[in-house]
Amino acid sequence: MADVVAPADRTPPLVMLQESIREIGIPRLLIAVFLVALFGIAVATKMDIASLVGDSLLRAARNGILVLALLPAIQGGVGLNFGLPIGVICGLVGCVITLNAAVTGWTGLGLSVALAIALAIPAGLAYGWLLNRTRGQEMMVGTYLGFAVVSGMSIFWIAAPFTNPTLVWAIAGRGLRTTLTVSGVYDKLLDRLWSFNVLGVSIPTGTLLIFALACAVVGLFFRTRAGITIAAARSNPRFARAAGISDERTRVQATMFSTVLAAVGIVVFAQSYGFLQLYTAPLLMAFPAVACLLIGGASVTRATLTHVVIGTLLFQSILTVALPVTSQVVQGDISETARLIIQNGMILYALTRRSDR
Amino acid sequence: MATPDAPVTTPAVAPPVAAPRGARGAALRSVLARSAVPVLFAILCLIGIIAARLTPEFLVREMLVRFSRNAVLVLSLLIPILAGLGLNFGIVLGAMAGQIAAITVTYWKVPGVAGFGLACLLAVPIAIVFGIATGWLFNRARGREMVTGLIAGFFANGLYQLLFLFAIGTIIPFADPHMVLPQGWGLRNTVDLFGIQYAMDDWLRLRVDLGGSPVRIPLASFGLIALFCMFNLFFLRTKLGQELRAMGQDAHVAATAGIRVDRNRVIATVLSTVFAAWGQLFFLQNMGTMNTYSSHEQTGMFAIAALLVSGATVSRATVGQALLGTLLFHTLFVVSPLAGKALAGDAQIGEYFRVFVAYAVITVALVLHAWQKARRG
Repeated sequence: MADVVAPADRTPPLVMLQESIREIGIPRLLIAVFLVALFGIAVATKMDIASLVGDSLLRAARNGILVLALLPAIQGGVGLNFGLPIGVICGLVGCVITLNAAVTGWTGLGLSVALAIALAIPAGLAYGWLLNRTRGQEMMVGTYLGFAVVSGMSIFWIAAPFTNPTLVWAIAGRGLRTTLTVSGVYDKLLDRLWSFNVLGVSIPTGTLLIFALACAVVGLFFRTRAGITIAAARSNPRFARAAGISDERTRVQATMFSTVLAAVGIVVFAQSYGFLQLYTAPLLMAFPAVACLLIGGASVTRATLTHVVIGTLLFQSILTVALPVTSQVVQGDISETARLIIQNGMILYALTRRSDR
Repeated sequence: MATPDAPVTTPAVAPPVAAPRGARGAALRSVLARSAVPVLFAILCLIGIIAARLTPEFLVREMLVRFSRNAVLVLSLLIPILAGLGLNFGIVLGAMAGQIAAITVTYWKVPGVAGFGLACLLAVPIAIVFGIATGWLFNRARGREMVTGLIAGFFANGLYQLLFLFAIGTIIPFADPHMVLPQGWGLRNTVDLFGIQYAMDDWLRLRVDLGGSPVRIPLASFGLIALFCMFNLFFLRTKLGQELRAMGQDAHVAATAGIRVDRNRVIATVLSTVFAAWGQLFFLQNMGTMNTYSSHEQTGMFAIAALLVSGATVSRATVGQALLGTLLFHTLFVVSPLAGKALAGDAQIGEYFRVFVAYAVITVALVLHAWQKARRG
């Protein structure tokens, strides 16, 4: 190789390349290459790039807060919060109560968010308390607690005394429908707020702003005394205890924060998506969100706001672009299969990385 | 059937024979605590049975079928628990191996016991490869084997779809118009397995008159289930079984004692995966039809929930518990929708309830396990 006589203080480029690949991680590189290839095919087959980019942006904005919700849990040392559906359920209950009371517009959205937060705080406290007692198995307990809550709530959706005829089954007269529309209530309220077009790409300003606001709140929170305390207790529980910080408390705070964000996240999601999905729909919601965060560069023990933003953009773009693009090449919906492989492959990779333990 | 109560791991309490008075009280309390879950579950089943006014004949009929269908899958969970790997959520991969084999023998049109036997043989190498891969993942993700197994199942499901939805009929030559989608590639959503249906159940044909109509007694299947039970009991007495038990108690100590922990963990996973593949084949030969893309998905969850309702835990499970759990869980499974219909006028509530129970039982077991571990550590 030509680099054999390079000066000692300069790392050979090949080693440097290896280092940076290790830093980024091979799966992440593959995913980025995959996305570029998808856009390449889209350009080559003269697809409407503007609408693809617009849809990607919209979906990223829509899902952003749900991904962001994972950040406090990692910061607090709880790991990947697979119990995200617990918060999601709180948000859904908030939305359903609002819809049932027929409160519309900005008041409706505000009421949904307020109810979501009000429910998520006690739920998050209880969840955090449980996670403190099951240290070392947080991810598994979170996953199955989420599953149990979602399936238990299925009974609630059927049996709860909601009466608004637009929500319940028409024939039986009771039991909420599996999908509730929010059109006419607060459908795309944030998406349309100050929305504008750039080169044919429509920008969902309001939803993006809310996502940015949530990011700023999380970022600022971890600069406050309480936030720094949480991070300190995570990085060195013993030292923190010596300084008078109980990591039991900070972990509960982190879990609660995460649950509240998930609850708000699903309200923003529903507003943009236009539908509330009840029953089994929230069951697997944590996994794509976790995959987003990991694709952005986070690990089981470390995550930043940059990881949230980049990961959400990358993964949601793939999900948006894959279906229309691959359907031009392969018949049948291969994008759902690709999603399963990418999403769970990424989580597996993160779980089995040795440096993380 | 083999002695059902031989523990797979050493019992948590000393035998009460020579124990002093206080310890005997503690032992009694521990037995009570351990049987609380199955007793509670039995009461739940009983309430459902009374509410839905089910006849004993109906229950016996259902249980004969469901027990022989699911017992092997539940038994396949025991060895990883012994080795300290926890609940093997990766048995979904074993189920996939079984389905790949079932699809192959159906394509080759090998019927009857020969077809079933061939499927069992074919499943072995596939399951071994899957088991080694899962075991390798488990070794890299030590301490989080369960969540890794769960995600590995989801991931493998993606690859499975890739294989059967897209590769079959395009890359892999496969031309059977009854099995392939009209477009010429990709497998249909359901595969008819009538070639191997009841191959095992009716191998030793036996019908017993029950309430006026004959009922199938799957004699050969029960025989094989008994064989699996005996293997699990015998396995404890082998050198490998003892090594796994030592690892389950303390992997660190086991390693210092010269046990090759990593290798043994992979072996335990492989054994479990192979058994799960056979278990899924048992399940399929009884069903006679297969949902290509979803039959395997909930295998892990239902098998694990069934094991846990017997009072088994993440670190301790016996053959007897596996059998009892299968019986109890599937009783609830049958009863729940019917009771829901009788009590609330809506079968849907009962259906949601049984899924909720499955998840809740797993959650509670996980919480208790982690709780105890955290208190000890």
